[in-house]
Amino acid sequence: MDIKKHLQERILVLDGAMGTMIQRYELTEEDFRGERFKNSNTDLKGNNDLLSVTQPQIIKEIHEKYLEAGADIVETNTFSGTTIAQADYELEEAVYDINFESARLAKEACVAFSNENPDKPRFVAGAMGPTNKTASMSPDVSRPEYRAVSFDGLASAYKLQAKGLMDGGADLLLIETVFDTLNAKAAIFGVLELYEETGKELPIMISGTITDASGRTLSGQTVEAFLISLSHAPLLSIGLNCALGAEQLKPYLKTLSKYSPYFISAYPNAGLPNEFGEYDQGPIEMADQVRSFLDDKLVNILGGCCGTTPNHIKKMAELAAGYSPRTLMDEAAA
Amino acid sequence: MKPNPLKLSGLEPLIVTPDSNFINVGERTNVTGSKRFLNLIKAQDYTTALEVALDQVRGGAQILDVNMDEGMLDSASEMTTFLNLIASEPEIARIPIMIDSSKWEVILAGLKCIQGKGVVNSISLKDGEEEFLHRAKIIKRFGAAVIAMAFDEDGQADNLERRKEICGRSYKLLSERVGFNSSDIILDPNIFPVATGMEEHRRNALDFFLATKWIRGNLPGAHIIGGVSNVSFSFRGNNPVREAMHSAFLYHAIQHGMDMGIVNPTQLEVYDEIPKELLERVEDVLLDRRDDATERLLEIAEKYKGTGAVKEKETEEWRSESVEKRLSHALIKGITDFIEEDTEEARLKIGSPLEVIEGPLMDGMNVVGDLFGSGKMFLPQVVKSARVMKQAVAYLTPFLEEEKKKNKDTSQRAKVLLATVKGDVHDIGKNIVGVVLACNNFDIVDLGVMVPTEKILEEAEKEKADIIGLSGLITPSLDEMVGVAKEMQKRDMKTPLLIGGATTSRIHTAVKIDPNYESPVIHVLDASRSVTVCSDLLNEVNSARVASSIKTEYSKMREEHERRTASKKLLSFEQAQKNRTEIDWKKSECYKPKFTGTKVFEDVDLSELRNFIDWSPFFRTWMLTGKYPAILDDETVGEQATELFGDAQRMLDEIIEGKFLRAKSVIGFYPANSFGEDVVVFGDEDRTHQKAKFHFLRQQGEKRTGQPNSSLADYIAPWDTGKEDYIGMFAVTSGIGIEKLIDKYETAKDDYNSILVKALADRLAEAHAEWMHYKIRTEFWGYAQQESLNNEELITEEYQGIRPAPGYPACPDHTEKQILWDVMDVEKNTGISLTESFAMYPASSVSGFYFSHPQSRYFGVGKISKDQIIDYAERKGKSVKEIEKWLAPNLGYRTND
Repeated sequence: MDIKKHLQERILVLDGAMGTMIQRYELTEEDFRGERFKNSNTDLKGNNDLLSVTQPQIIKEIHEKYLEAGADIVETNTFSGTTIAQADYELEEAVYDINFESARLAKEACVAFSNENPDKPRFVAGAMGPTNKTASMSPDVSRPEYRAVSFDGLASAYKLQAKGLMDGGADLLLIETVFDTLNAKAAIFGVLELYEETGKELPIMISGTITDASGRTLSGQTVEAFLISLSHAPLLSIGLNCALGAEQLKPYLKTLSKYSPYFISAYPNAGLPNEFGEYDQGPIEMADQVRSFLDDKLVNILGGCCGTTPNHIKKMAELAAGYSPRTLMDEAAA
Repeated sequence: MKPNPLKLSGLEPLIVTPDSNFINVGERTNVTGSKRFLNLIKAQDYTTALEVALDQVRGGAQILDVNMDEGMLDSASEMTTFLNLIASEPEIARIPIMIDSSKWEVILAGLKCIQGKGVVNSISLKDGEEEFLHRAKIIKRFGAAVIAMAFDEDGQADNLERRKEICGRSYKLLSERVGFNSSDIILDPNIFPVATGMEEHRRNALDFFLATKWIRGNLPGAHIIGGVSNVSFSFRGNNPVREAMHSAFLYHAIQHGMDMGIVNPTQLEVYDEIPKELLERVEDVLLDRRDDATERLLEIAEKYKGTGAVKEKETEEWRSESVEKRLSHALIKGITDFIEEDTEEARLKIGSPLEVIEGPLMDGMNVVGDLFGSGKMFLPQVVKSARVMKQAVAYLTPFLEEEKKKNKDTSQRAKVLLATVKGDVHDIGKNIVGVVLACNNFDIVDLGVMVPTEKILEEAEKEKADIIGLSGLITPSLDEMVGVAKEMQKRDMKTPLLIGGATTSRIHTAVKIDPNYESPVIHVLDASRSVTVCSDLLNEVNSARVASSIKTEYSKMREEHERRTASKKLLSFEQAQKNRTEIDWKKSECYKPKFTGTKVFEDVDLSELRNFIDWSPFFRTWMLTGKYPAILDDETVGEQATELFGDAQRMLDEIIEGKFLRAKSVIGFYPANSFGEDVVVFGDEDRTHQKAKFHFLRQQGEKRTGQPNSSLADYIAPWDTGKEDYIGMFAVTSGIGIEKLIDKYETAKDDYNSILVKALADRLAEAHAEWMHYKIRTEFWGYAQQESLNNEELITEEYQGIRPAPGYPACPDHTEKQILWDVMDVEKNTGISLTESFAMYPASSVSGFYFSHPQSRYFGVGKISKDQIIDYAERKGKSVKEIEKWLAPNLGYRTND
């Protein structure tokens, strides 16, 4: 089941937002805690990743909705599944289980759909979020040399996450929403170390996020510098997600597409948030904007981030089916 | 074939394609190449250090080389701090970083800080294939490009075949075994000097070109880098020829395929503008086209130096100006040839000797002061100017005395009292400050060296000094200075106190000295700052504001320091002991020296020591920044450095010929074993008679995994291993007879030569130590008989074994020197004595231990905690309080006083 073959033939569709879907279930503190964590000293509500362990049926159901909508790749529910991010909930101990269970759930859902239609195999991407700390910026303006997290700390946290995801059955690893390239480099470092130790490798996808109109990552890099800084990893794809809507994302996607020897992914938000912080771009409107990515043959993988739902993904899948993917250029000519 | 582009990044991309112009690497943020940068890092003045980086970027550097390799620095932590700071400066972080270190741990620390794709400078096969592969693999995992130096297990590649062999092997390993993108491999095939007169150097440039071409043809995608200025090494002092050589070299190197390098753009002549004759002969040398190429280039080289004739004409011209202008010219140019006659002429013309001083002479000195202040003149020039001034004043003094008898002394000049504190004999820096201040119209009272507190304060009161300046070089002097400040407070003095000297620092002044004295205490980084500081302090309008702003600044630094100290975690002494240097004594060979006991060298040949001189520190003494020999061609200070170097060579010739200085030394070897943290020296081979015991200190900083908490005791076989180990020790001086020379120059009012001879004696002492260590390794101890290193490698200490000195970072307790003195009867054998602070006299002396174990390394003990101090005091049989006094700079905790 080589994903590269499929990527050369068609545009693959990635799923949409997990958080937006979870909100619909209006879960309580008790729901989040489940049996296993009912005695926790910290509030766990809002720790979405934990639901893979405490409310697995809900997470699986969400995956299934996206698969039904036509997603080729679903992301595991592990955006905050590192010891660093889980430290906020004092759940460092549960990190391996969260990742393992999340991957297992997504895999179960995918296998069922693949078996039903072997011509359209589904893939599990183990999602590895940016954590809530940055390795190349100081949180304290008066101490610019200070770092709240070290490279080594990040690398080992990501390594543990990747191990859980691999053991649970992920087909791909997706280092995503990268706002600080050094965090992503640490993730790659940890993952490559794991590959060497286990002798097993999964394709790696990277997705960065452009935080403002200057076209740079939060840590200050241009898109091209971002690409160069991560090209040492054996990448399957590189791309952009989150922060901006499809329309605002396009110029940066263009740059990336121009220079990247890898497949390109894009999963924008459902527009820009309104004054209540909600994303209200509808499926049709979003598909309309994404269409120009396809017209210009910029992408190989298309999906949605914050505010997107199975309806958005369905529209995008329909749209993508009518286009041929971006062709991968010869690396030597890059 | 068309090479792949090398892609690097900071915040923005840098893509090196075949069409790119030569990629230039900014190299001023390198502590081994820039004294200024080193000092900034040592002083933790990161704000200014960042400005250095910024200047490089603004000056067009496309990659920024950062190097923190210096024995006194915690290189890994400085690398981290500086790269983290760069990350917060977008204008600097824009370009890719080159992490430059010979230490793997520093490279790792650097790699963990950069979000972009940088370059590691460098790795090589020196330590074997396994280590090379291991490091390359890790570098790749961090996503950096790598420079591989043409250096393997057998040494540096110095001919075409070896260059091909090592570059080819490195490339193959990197691309095939590690999986490096070939475009991420940068090969450094070694640029070595040509036209040295040595037959084996004839093909150095040509072999580099051919190796470059071969790499291009056979190692697809690889890039080639080199440090260009090496090639013209033998023409230092002759910039036109060097520039022509650099351009011609670059021209051919680029033609052959070199595409990156470290080259100072101001040191390049335009290739097409090199005179035809010169170009032809330069290329004859570079391309090894004729047997007599070197001779023929030498023949015409002088001609292109091309300033000789012009200079003489200038000389004639200024002599025809008015006497005021001539005095001013003589002062600015530092010419003493006509000073007496001109001064006399001025006296007759103006009428009053005082007015000659306050008129034309001071006018001239003010120009000098201004030029120096604005960085257009350099210290050696200023000292020469001061020499002219002093001689003029000396000439006028009898007339002044006469005039004084008639009128009252009306001099209103501010008075600065200078002294090197008790127990310290080092005074070069203090003298320089004196000269510079004198040039700026301050009246200097210099009390000399080893001046007790009482005397300093009495003289200050008697002379009504407006400012007191204290100087010191060794660590115990820091404590002396604290004592002076306390005493001044006790006496309710208000005189501002200046602190200067090599071991002093702003942070020490702020934390230890300033709180003891209510009036201003100011650390003065170097002589050039002293003028502004003194003027500000004495300016009626500004002084109060300046004083209070410095007080505030220091108090802020204290708070900051406290925060930092508190956050810096130390291991307990017990934990640190558990993490000692791991040495497999079973497998270790303990080398037996050729003799035990002492050996005295009555009169070491100075002309041999001369070859062992490390010149870079010599230039630093004169506040000229740069590494020798590159400094001779430096854009800013090159001319001054060349002139100073010439003067130094002449003086060395004189000293050697006239035997004005004598070098004496004693070395000793003794059976030794470690007992815990101590090393016991035995008087006999049976190891039954204990002759002495040395006490060492152990690092307590938290270490990365695999890094030991070192103590020198680790390098001697423990008693219970049953191994028969040895320790060596030495005391050398090159300063016997220096008093006479100094006396001679001081009588002649010649500060320039007085400072010069001291600086040279210091260099000769260091050279003496280096030479002796070489003899020890290859002859007397003989554990490295095969060793052959060039001077540069000696300076970077790439040999087996170390020679740490008591009072310096690896064993910071100066009092251990006394034990060394007793064991080898040093004073009787060499004439070197110890002061009450354990400074050596003559100042131009070096002493220390020899350790031969291949794992022995230099390190800094750094901060230690009270548990170790208590243990140490017990081992030494001293009170904790006394130990705390001697080790004050190393205390990682606060004491009660």
